[in-house]
Amino acid sequence: MDYIIHLFILIGIFSILGLSLNLVIGYTGLLSATHAGFYGIGAYAVAILMKNTGMNFFIALLLSIVITVLSALVIGVVLSKFKDDIYALGSFGFAIITYGLMLNLQGVTRGPLGIPGIGRPELFDISFSTNLTFLILTLVLAVLVWWMTRYITRSSYGRVLQAIRENEKTIQFFGYTTYWYKLSIFMISAGMAAIAGALFATYITFIDPSSFTLIESIFMIAMIILGGLADNRGAIIGVIIMILLPEFLRFVGFPTEVAAQMRQVIYGLMLVVMMLYRPQGIYGKFKF
Amino acid sequence: MSILETKQLHKTFNGVPVVNGVSLSIESGKITSLIGPNGSGKSTTINLITGMIPFDGGAVVIEKGTILSRIQPNQIASYGITRTFQNVEVFEQMTALDNILLVLTERNVFSSLFEKHTQYHLDIAERVMKRLDIWEKRNDMVENLSYGQRKLLEIARVIAMGERTDGETKVLFFDEPYAGLFPEMVKLVTTILKELRDEGKAIILVEHNMDLIRELSDYVYVLDAGKHLKEGSVDNVLSDQQVIEAYLGN
Repeated sequence: MDYIIHLFILIGIFSILGLSLNLVIGYTGLLSATHAGFYGIGAYAVAILMKNTGMNFFIALLLSIVITVLSALVIGVVLSKFKDDIYALGSFGFAIITYGLMLNLQGVTRGPLGIPGIGRPELFDISFSTNLTFLILTLVLAVLVWWMTRYITRSSYGRVLQAIRENEKTIQFFGYTTYWYKLSIFMISAGMAAIAGALFATYITFIDPSSFTLIESIFMIAMIILGGLADNRGAIIGVIIMILLPEFLRFVGFPTEVAAQMRQVIYGLMLVVMMLYRPQGIYGKFKF
Repeated sequence: MSILETKQLHKTFNGVPVVNGVSLSIESGKITSLIGPNGSGKSTTINLITGMIPFDGGAVVIEKGTILSRIQPNQIASYGITRTFQNVEVFEQMTALDNILLVLTERNVFSSLFEKHTQYHLDIAERVMKRLDIWEKRNDMVENLSYGQRKLLEIARVIAMGERTDGETKVLFFDEPYAGLFPEMVKLVTTILKELRDEGKAIILVEHNMDLIRELSDYVYVLDAGKHLKEGSVDNVLSDQQVIEAYLGN
């Protein structure tokens, strides 16, 4: 049972990541690989604040969102000038820079040693120390993020994002300065990733830079491409498949070292098959 | 009095002048046509005025004598200028209705996130799309519409620009709006261009069909090889020996 709850918590955390990344990639058409970086900044911010100052999780969460959004502002100011493949390449660069900082700013992050012993969240008398209570917290935050992405994508603002994805040049002739839209959605999406990071840090209670590498960003991108771009249900379905698939493989009976390889093979195969036969993903409304 | 003027516009691509000292004077309530053989710089001129391509020399003068030596695409709406595109530029993976709503809603990031005029905008979109007979297609993805319907959608979008609350459209550029349209649709577009003119808009039309040019134009500019060849009323211009030579060769 604890195992099932563990999987649901992971699905919850990655749903937040998938939903928020979908805003940037699926709706705005900006192939960003920086998402794991923001996930990491959120996680580190919460971990450091809670460990060093004994701050309550929920205050630390709010602060970590602020910190992450500000980092996204710094990165986005540069990145939002670009589009298409240059944007993707630039975001690769920033993903590597944030990882490099986590690894090398040892005074703050303790580098590769990571930060152990992060406490579980508490609110007044309620402690989220059991996995079941933590799952409830995760789901509440995931539903909140779901609701926010739904609101954003149905607003006039969301419509402009899609127009930027379809034809950024043209929308400008109708009086839109696309730069601000690209920058703002990048910041909103990063803020949501910080929530996922905060949950991850306090769930595992240990973080190190290896959870926030470029590969992790690619994994998130694969999730939403599989599930379907520009659709919230799609993002969640992609997350569920990508989280549960390796767990099923565990029961097929491959030796551990083969299973790890098999996982990569199956991800690759899945993406190729999707590209060939269903480029918009399972539920998606948009194909590159 | 002219609402938009260009003064000696210049543009060179790789050393080849494509627009070479074009001076136009556009008036409200009139249809001004730009004609000329292929490659004469008609579309490029429009692209220069609307900021799609930066110009190398000259200036664009808008209302109240404001002289612009540099124009960004996202500024033209605030000058009351809007346009259609030669190679239909619509938003493919969105519905036809969304394509129209886009030009009605708030331009600013915060106001668009907290938009309050949904029903009001829908009413305008309905009116405009019915005028172009594409309201039935409102929920279709634009990528599934025919070429002609996309052309009409672009024209609907330009009309909708004039209906938004935060700005007025005074100058409308139509870059080959008739290309690839059925005769029925040609009639519809002609009616709409005349209506817009009668509403007092300044219309700039690029078109190859001389019958339509004769029917619609109040004033004609002829371009040839990026140069200003002739201007005047339709009859004068089209009977001019130089113009005939430019079209047919010597």
